[in-house]
Amino acid sequence: MRQVAIYGKGGIGKSTTTQNTVAALSEMGKKVMVVGCDPKADSTRLLLHGLNQKTVLDTIRDEGEDIELDDIMRSGYGNTKCVESGGPEPGVGCAGRGIITSINMLENLGAYDDDLDYVFYDVLGDVVCGGFAMPIREGKAKEIYIVASGEMMAMYAANNICKGIRKYANQGGVRLGGIICNSRKVDNEEELLKAFCKKLGTQLVYFVPRDNIVQRAEINKKTVIDYDPQAPQADVYRALAKRIDENDMFVVPNPMPTDELEKLLIEYGLMD
Amino acid sequence: MIERNHTQDYMMESPVEKNKKLIEDITDSYPKKVSKERKTHLVVIDPSEEQHIMADVATIPGIMTNRGCSYAGAKGVVFGPVKDILHLTHGPIGCGYYTWDTRRNLAEPEEGYNYFIKNCFSTNMQEKDVVFGGEKKLYGAIKEAYEIFKPKVIGIYATCPVGLIGDDIKAVAKRAEEELGIKVITVSCEGYKGVSQSAGHHLASNTLIMDIVGTKELENPTPYDINIFGEYNIGGDVWLVKDLLQKIGYRVVSVFTGDSKYDDLAKAHRAKLSILMCHRSINYTNRMMEEKFGVPWLKVNYIGITSTIESLREMAKFFDDPMIYENTEKVIEEELMKIKPRLDYYKERLKGKRAILFVGGSRAHHYQDLLKDIGMETIVAGYEFAHRDDYEGRKIIPEIKEAPHHKILDTYHFERVTEPAYPKEKIEEMKSKMPDHFMNYEGMMVHMEEGSIVIDDFNHHETEELIKALKPDIFLSGIKDRYVFQKMGVPSRQIHSYDYSGPYSSFEGAVNFARDMDMAINNPIWKEVTPPWKK
Repeated sequence: MRQVAIYGKGGIGKSTTTQNTVAALSEMGKKVMVVGCDPKADSTRLLLHGLNQKTVLDTIRDEGEDIELDDIMRSGYGNTKCVESGGPEPGVGCAGRGIITSINMLENLGAYDDDLDYVFYDVLGDVVCGGFAMPIREGKAKEIYIVASGEMMAMYAANNICKGIRKYANQGGVRLGGIICNSRKVDNEEELLKAFCKKLGTQLVYFVPRDNIVQRAEINKKTVIDYDPQAPQADVYRALAKRIDENDMFVVPNPMPTDELEKLLIEYGLMD
Repeated sequence: MIERNHTQDYMMESPVEKNKKLIEDITDSYPKKVSKERKTHLVVIDPSEEQHIMADVATIPGIMTNRGCSYAGAKGVVFGPVKDILHLTHGPIGCGYYTWDTRRNLAEPEEGYNYFIKNCFSTNMQEKDVVFGGEKKLYGAIKEAYEIFKPKVIGIYATCPVGLIGDDIKAVAKRAEEELGIKVITVSCEGYKGVSQSAGHHLASNTLIMDIVGTKELENPTPYDINIFGEYNIGGDVWLVKDLLQKIGYRVVSVFTGDSKYDDLAKAHRAKLSILMCHRSINYTNRMMEEKFGVPWLKVNYIGITSTIESLREMAKFFDDPMIYENTEKVIEEELMKIKPRLDYYKERLKGKRAILFVGGSRAHHYQDLLKDIGMETIVAGYEFAHRDDYEGRKIIPEIKEAPHHKILDTYHFERVTEPAYPKEKIEEMKSKMPDHFMNYEGMMVHMEEGSIVIDDFNHHETEELIKALKPDIFLSGIKDRYVFQKMGVPSRQIHSYDYSGPYSSFEGAVNFARDMDMAINNPIWKEVTPPWKK
């Protein structure tokens, strides 16, 4: 079983990229579980055709700790297993602790079935506290992909996430599998990302071009493969899934000091 | 570990040199940085030099300290003894449980008032309360407590997770006040604030002055109204003292906070004088009450016979009233007569016995006076959470650098809001008549014998080595360490809770204390125990 965590700046397209990739993996015959680790609980919407998932934490709150796996796990597109961790309403309680609670609960309920080929964790934009690092701590996700674009703040965030990975790489054995570019049609985007990856000591796993079909599929609560299997963008996600499936480059990244990152951006003409 | 045989090594030296070498040895066994830091917390009293001590700084991680937390200081020490407040701990169950009646703050039920001193209330916060926030649970607990117990006042004390997840306990308290029509006070005394329980004393004092003191008027005031500050009625101490004071002619408006009621605290600002026992735990309120309402204060000590007599006489000097003078002397004479034969008996049996005394932020000073009165000697005195002024006296306050952790503790100052009972001239006169005790405290160190050791934030290693080297006849400390040393063959008593005994205050208390010392030290069982250093 490969456990994969997807990180990246808020709004970059982590959930969309994850679900489209998962759809492609399941099309390849892989058994996949997706664990949404965002209090908004929108990480499995496209696989489940809507937000009809009761979260782990809501279930614990309403029914106590004596719950069954069936209460919190739904079957989505291509028999993918879908779980949402959930969390408190904004501004109260502790969302980070919530993620720890729900992943522990999943383990205790035996959700990590030996039959699974993949578990994907789709994590909230920024690793704001220890709870959000739960998926990459000891015994959980061993490989991480960061979704980024050529936009400056996305790269700042990616660099910052690498700092977190470095910390846990030393104690837990987690590795960076690479960067996925979800294109924003920024000038020189692919070259910039490639240079960025080189500096970090990792690879650009795939360059996902921008295509409005993604948006259309989302409005229909579907992944692209589910919505229009013939679309060119469906092949893009198939290729990305294949790259991840075949990936054998896992590294401890070297995050850059901020001034070095800014220099890189100037070099590729972003700051003019 | 110290391998050397201290007795041989130090035989030819003066007590000062001997003990200076001893603390060098003890601290040298630490890593270098730790050693350097700890040396600033250990002082051998040497009148030939100007001496300072480091205090109120963070304990080095890994050291087995005896300190408590901010919650322990606020709920456990300051507010806990108030008998008619329903004390509700907002947090996981352990914090409430371990502060449940463990300090033996005795209190008497009073007709027409609530009595919660034997109860323990907690919201019993669970994992899901941490995740989803604990405000609803807190409000539910307040309502439930109100329905069952009908308290007039509820106190809410925050524990660590409450601060981490940001539950707004003040907002919950406000809502409960509006909906239930009762008073709800709060203290945000999350355990991680500050370096010891001292921060909790500070925070609780803020609640006392902001929400309680001065909110009610004292009916029928008398010229002899006083408060007793820094007194928690452990083992019934304040009851003995109150009896004496009443015999002399004083009226106690409120004790802060042993055996006290909410209403008493609220009226305390109308007292003419506050007498101060503990110079640390609640002195913040005392200071603010003086600023705001002009209530002067006198440092007293009624632990020990000599010091009780001195304190009573100084109080009389302040009130300067023939009736008070006369009654003071009468009470002193009567009490001395009553205890003399019993005290003499114990004094004979305790003569020359040596004690190590580790307690509090003031009591290691108070008990030295009592030990002296019963013929004993204090060879080491240590505080857990004192500040430098508790050791060195208030004169050092201007030189104390503000520690970083003080910046998170709100410190309030007030303008005078009411005409004080006494004019400024009287206050100045008293200051010059009683410079050591009127609005002043000289600290513990100046009263200690040459060659004795002072220790701040004592820890297990240092205690063990001091006991091995100095072989005291008794070790007076608390629950955390007493049994370790009792097992080493050193008689030990708890000065935090008096075990199951007390009161130890004033005249009768001194006899009780002497009896307990005798029972501990002269117990024949010790003949059957061979301490490690005699093997």
